[in-house]
Amino acid sequence: MVGTAVQSARRDIMRRFGALVVPVISLAALVWVLFLARGTTAQPAVRDPGEFAVTLLDGVTFAGLLFVVASGFTLIFGLMRTVNMAHGSLFLLAGFTAIALQQKMVGKTTNIAPEDVTLMSWIVPLIVAAALAALLGVLLQQVFLRWNQGQELRQALITIAISVVLADQMLRQFGGLAKTMVWPGAVSHFIEIFGQRYATSRLFMLAVAVVVGVALWLWLTKTRMGMVIRAGVDDEPMVRALGINVTLIFAVTFFVGAFLAGVGGVMGASFAGAATGSDGAWLLNSLVVVIIGGLGSIKGAVAGSLLYGLVSAFAPVYLPTQYTFYAVIFSFVLLALVLAVRPYGLFGRPA
Amino acid sequence: MTARRLLTPANAALAVLVVLLLALPAINSGFFVTFVLTQALIYGLIAVTIVFLTSHGGMISLAQLLFAGIAGFMFGNAALESGARGLNLGWPPWVAVLFALAVTTAVAFLLGALASRTTGIYFLMLTLVYGVIGYTFFAQVVTVSGPGGVTSIVAPEPFTDRVNLYYAAVVLSALAYLAFRAIGRTNFGLALQGVRDDPVRMSSLGFNVPLHRTLAFTLGGFVAGVAGLLNVWWRGQIDPASISIGPTLIVLIIAVIGGISYFEGAWLGALVYVLLDTYTDSIPLIDRIGLTPDRFNTVIGLMVLLIMVLSPEGLVGILERVRRGRGGASPSEHSIELPTTSPTPVQTGSGREP
Repeated sequence: MVGTAVQSARRDIMRRFGALVVPVISLAALVWVLFLARGTTAQPAVRDPGEFAVTLLDGVTFAGLLFVVASGFTLIFGLMRTVNMAHGSLFLLAGFTAIALQQKMVGKTTNIAPEDVTLMSWIVPLIVAAALAALLGVLLQQVFLRWNQGQELRQALITIAISVVLADQMLRQFGGLAKTMVWPGAVSHFIEIFGQRYATSRLFMLAVAVVVGVALWLWLTKTRMGMVIRAGVDDEPMVRALGINVTLIFAVTFFVGAFLAGVGGVMGASFAGAATGSDGAWLLNSLVVVIIGGLGSIKGAVAGSLLYGLVSAFAPVYLPTQYTFYAVIFSFVLLALVLAVRPYGLFGRPA
Repeated sequence: MTARRLLTPANAALAVLVVLLLALPAINSGFFVTFVLTQALIYGLIAVTIVFLTSHGGMISLAQLLFAGIAGFMFGNAALESGARGLNLGWPPWVAVLFALAVTTAVAFLLGALASRTTGIYFLMLTLVYGVIGYTFFAQVVTVSGPGGVTSIVAPEPFTDRVNLYYAAVVLSALAYLAFRAIGRTNFGLALQGVRDDPVRMSSLGFNVPLHRTLAFTLGGFVAGVAGLLNVWWRGQIDPASISIGPTLIVLIIAVIGGISYFEGAWLGALVYVLLDTYTDSIPLIDRIGLTPDRFNTVIGLMVLLIMVLSPEGLVGILERVRRGRGGASPSEHSIELPTTSPTPVQTGSGREP
């Protein structure tokens, strides 16, 4: 009993410590960015509001992409407790497929200019590639994950093996060179923000992410199936006992989760290109987002994407120039801070 | 412990194996010993820390290759007097060894403390994030490495000689094997296994659950660091790509191939991996079925997939089952299921009030 008391007291201290440290650090970061950041690439925000606005937009638009990818990951986990380590492979597969399809539709394989790309020759590849990723996802789930439901680590290892195979096969099929999907000409302009040029394609990406987010929210809260899924997240045996076909619900959820990975993959291929290694990088991005936000929570995916997106946009620009390459540490500091206060993420619950 | 108790068939087999391995260079000190076996022993020494953390602590760690990498980078930075990259501190090699192990252990302690309140799948994901952030750190921070890594690292005497390095790998592997097995029987090891099985009960019995996990993780980091030193001496260089996500998964895969709940499985898995890696292209007709050496990862991935689908206990588990005959009904003492965080039935009224 003494041990428990000591531990709960210690936990209490940790919580209070966290409750104190987090605002202090956030405030210090804000003051630094607003007034003190001399000797950095960006200069203090009060002196150069344009740079600040652009960095903010960079962070938020990147967060949009993060959200699309991570929401699929967290949706699957929330319902099925399956950590799909092949999520990044589905992301990359959709990216490569969409690029190949776009090249077919435009009729050129190299030097595709945005003017060549109509809205259709971006959206059709997007839907086809995402559907392909979704079908592959359902196939994986039905063949490899359906019969070992509940064995989380076995499922994680199975999906790791699948991701290794997929990565190797994609290398064979699409080669090792980076390829880029071209944004449609209609959204490839620049607008002026506080005297800074800003690419509208990034805003378009954010818009797509918002549409995806709203659709996901409507689906989960306003439709019968969405309600069943949310009920399944809370109490899966009860949903089963009520006579609902959980097997079908699982397959649909996996379809949607993999579809979101695919949509993210096409957006990512347009935003930064698709290459060998993007699969691992985006699996990692999804992991960071859901570890910060809480595994299985869509709200957490929003919060995690915004925090991670903003930190990764601000850190390199607002660090003193000779320390820019330490920016990567800040995503780790963010992770450490969140975990020290909430071990299961901002909106997560212990399994 | 008396001599009689030490003389079990398993210990005798280990002693014979170690003697054989130590005698091997007298017969053949060529490619097979100094390349294949040394590499397998080093991989095994890293993978055995994953096995230890998984089987005794219920923590599947993907950060072990990072600790090997940290030790390697720190040794390179400390020992080199001049070089293209790194700090070039020019310390005496054995001071550099101590420094590298101290840094590795300290980092393992910090990261372990941070992860100590999570388990299962959350722990797996968090350690993967550690691994990749570590990779990005070394790839970007040019003062310690940068993308090209640290090159022309020389091992301290007498390990410049490849055969001596092989001896070191054999001896350290045997020591690690014995130590990890012995730890399971100490108070700490027993408490750690209690923490693995039921953290809530251990906590209410007065055990400090996060501390046990942190210390186990620190120990795993230290041993992986030792393996990392051997690795960097063997290769003579280290670059960030060697600890990126692909190799990180390979080390886990090695532990899985061998059998993630068996210490000996780590080295068996490593040997199978290295043999496949080295000799795939010499299997006759292999390219006829589309398995060129370029597609090596597909082979490895399919193999792990097969093992995870058929028998999650890996090769040692399969061997064990064959050895025990076909009486598959009686589970061996080793048949630990992969630790899961799936809800276990709540036991009511089974524990005495403390």
